[in-house]
Amino acid sequence: MSDTNQFDATTRAELSQFLEQQQAEARLNAQIHKFTGLCWDKCITGSVGSRFSRGEESCLVSCVDRFLDTSLFIMKRVNEQQGKSP
Amino acid sequence: MSFFGRSAAPQPSQPQNDAQRKEAVMASIRQEVQGANAKELMENLTEKCYSKCVPKPGTSMSSSEETCVSRCMDLYFQAFNIVAKTYTTRLHKERVAMKEAEASSF
Repeated sequence: MSDTNQFDATTRAELSQFLEQQQAEARLNAQIHKFTGLCWDKCITGSVGSRFSRGEESCLVSCVDRFLDTSLFIMKRVNEQQGKSP
Repeated sequence: MSFFGRSAAPQPSQPQNDAQRKEAVMASIRQEVQGANAKELMENLTEKCYSKCVPKPGTSMSSSEETCVSRCMDLYFQAFNIVAKTYTTRLHKERVAMKEAEASSF
């Protein structure tokens, strides 16, 4: 993007903000791919039918939620421990 | 929306003004993000469905292996959508909860 200097300051600011939004979206996409792979392995263990079995769909949902719970729990615990250490 | 095709935007014969150039830059960034997303999905799907459907690679693909891959693809797309929806819903919930926590602490 060597020609962005052709743009005026306002446009450059708009583009900068747009780029940030797109980067945030790209990070979101990457997380979704990560969870899909992880939860596929956890939940779709048998052979593949033409549709999900009853438990498989709810497993996928739980898998994502519990991962986020785990992540939040770990962050909380780390914060608590840092509060106590000298 | 085409994942894999090139941009169909025609090139104007006169020089573009700033607004058009800005739109072109934005479109190009958008396409890059969407393209990367589609590519990642295909690569992951291929890996998972190969693992699942071709446990013992033979000298050619059997029709049952191909059927399996076909079903697996559909399921993987569905799984992707379920995960995407669950994740974005949860993110929204956490964001709302954070805002409420901030508001109530004043």
